[in-house]
Amino acid sequence: MSTKIKTADIKTEHWGSRVGLVLAMAGNAVGFGNFLRFPVQAVQNGGGAFIIPYLVSLVLLGFPLLMIEWTAGRYGGRFGHHSTPFILHSLSKKAIWKYVGVFGLFSNLAIAAYYCYMESWTMSYVFHSVKGTFHLLDQHGVAAFFDGYVDIGHSTSGIPYEALVFYVFCLALNVWILSKGLAGGVEKAAKIMVPVLIFFGIFLAIRGITLKAGEQHAILDGLAGLNFLWTPQYDSLTNPKVWLAAAGQIFFTLSVGMGSIQCYASYLRQRDDIAVNAMSAGFMNEFVEIVLGSSIIIPISVGYLGIEKVVDLVGLGGLGLAFRTMPFLFEQWGPIFAALAGTAFFGLLFFAGITSSLAMGTPIMGFLKDEFNWSNKKSALAFGFITLTLGLPTVFFFQQGVFDEYDYWSGTVALFVFAMLESILFAWFFGYKKGWDEFMKGADVRLPKIFKYILGFITPVLLILVFLASLLRPAGDDWSKISFRGWELHPESIIGQLTYKSFTENRESFANAFYSEVSGTLDTVYTLRGKHYLRIIPDGAGPEFAKSYVFNPNKHTLKVEICQHIAKGQLLFEGFVINRIFYIKMARLVLLGLFLGLSLMVGYAYRKRKKENSI
Amino acid sequence: MNTSALFLMISTWAIVTGFTIYFFLKVLKAPMRNEPDSYLDNDPK
Repeated sequence: MSTKIKTADIKTEHWGSRVGLVLAMAGNAVGFGNFLRFPVQAVQNGGGAFIIPYLVSLVLLGFPLLMIEWTAGRYGGRFGHHSTPFILHSLSKKAIWKYVGVFGLFSNLAIAAYYCYMESWTMSYVFHSVKGTFHLLDQHGVAAFFDGYVDIGHSTSGIPYEALVFYVFCLALNVWILSKGLAGGVEKAAKIMVPVLIFFGIFLAIRGITLKAGEQHAILDGLAGLNFLWTPQYDSLTNPKVWLAAAGQIFFTLSVGMGSIQCYASYLRQRDDIAVNAMSAGFMNEFVEIVLGSSIIIPISVGYLGIEKVVDLVGLGGLGLAFRTMPFLFEQWGPIFAALAGTAFFGLLFFAGITSSLAMGTPIMGFLKDEFNWSNKKSALAFGFITLTLGLPTVFFFQQGVFDEYDYWSGTVALFVFAMLESILFAWFFGYKKGWDEFMKGADVRLPKIFKYILGFITPVLLILVFLASLLRPAGDDWSKISFRGWELHPESIIGQLTYKSFTENRESFANAFYSEVSGTLDTVYTLRGKHYLRIIPDGAGPEFAKSYVFNPNKHTLKVEICQHIAKGQLLFEGFVINRIFYIKMARLVLLGLFLGLSLMVGYAYRKRKKENSI
Repeated sequence: MNTSALFLMISTWAIVTGFTIYFFLKVLKAPMRNEPDSYLDNDPK
């Protein structure tokens, strides 16, 4: 065994410095979610009171999972493994764990596919902020700009297939950095990008907090936004939905359950500290999320739009707020400051995104290098090729929901499942006592021993409960309805998603009629960028919640009129249609194919290793 | 800002910032170990 370890060490890459490693790990964790998801989750789940379940989840789930993943990574690296299938195999020889480890390749590839697309939006928005594209647009104009941007055939700047061009360029940049290796590429990028993103974040946070009502068209102080975000609604703490949201946010923000932390840590030697490194990277992420993340989009948008409007907008999610609203708000600061703020905001999102997507590239590269002796360049190109192939459907069929489908299965469910299974493996198969000793080997700090027992019992049990709750979440998040006689499931529960519960209408892939999915008023029939739309404003909602359906006047016969009240399920037009559910099914097939393909590769690599007697 | 929002925000920010600085200083101040370690910066020139 010792000969093999030495061989692995010789072949293995290394980090350039400890600070570089911590910044790369922090960069991995800091992503769009820190700035866009956290404040929205806080607003929707009890305001300041959200921080209580959030911090509890951080201690009981987040930090223990960081400990597990850093420890598993460093332990697997000892045997020359740099990807989760074989890192998990080093923790337990049962065959199943290798295939559980496939999640650590699958999630990274599938997430990178759509994440790089979002990254490319930020790159494009920096370009448009500098160019002054948003200068003369009103709020609806900025929102329409985004809709036009993701409408792939349309160009906002004269570049044909603009969104695709930016996507490919962004992916190529990722591949180029990854091909330079760990110290020369990923670490160098993190050392530049993480400090710059923190600087941009501080600049915008100061701007957000010091915003004064009456100045530059602001209607409220920025502090009113902070007050809105942090005012605790303690009664929300009795709602399980709030606790689930907090646990979910901890997953997304720390990038646990993905396999990238294990991969980064696998390049460490056994006597090197991981305790301080893990805590430092984890807290750096928390600083960016809790301090900077809460001080930018909510204070600025409340300052300009008022609380009621922001309550409506957060219902559309953080992405909508960032890309459909923020450029308009920055424009209130005058052309020069708007360009600066737009560059800082979308620049910080770009740096947050790329340091995460680089981390998503390393596990598959580690796998290809370990198992097939590929070079950095070849494996980075393979990552780029696979990501592009998987990502193109999210670019071309963004409006059909493929992007969201990838996000749900790879960016939510797969993370929960993998984190739950790896914590069970670590606590109950590898052994939590052995695991704790392994974690504390070479540690530069003594962490409270209570974590040993949290790792051993609380974390895996909580993860199982969180998974079951996500699987069986009740309709309307009304947990009092749960009984042995059964209950109606939430459309966003895992089973609800599997059974297409959110599709109450238009459930066939191909049909000869299209029915309204909402109840409301047919507001207008309009043509935009060569496409014809019906717009229905749902009952009791504003125009920002309008539902637009594309139709083709040459192929479809309208069965409704403008200003008519439309009931849910009412026939809108007749003629052949490919429904959204078709694209969703295709997206699921692609993801399933990816998982099966990776499993076959892992099985092949395992047999190859057995044959070579190297496992 | 109302008192409870201010208290919650300041105390959370203070805790998080404090731990961030504490652990990052520990990373910066940790002495280099004898070779072989994991970092190229510490390799003999």
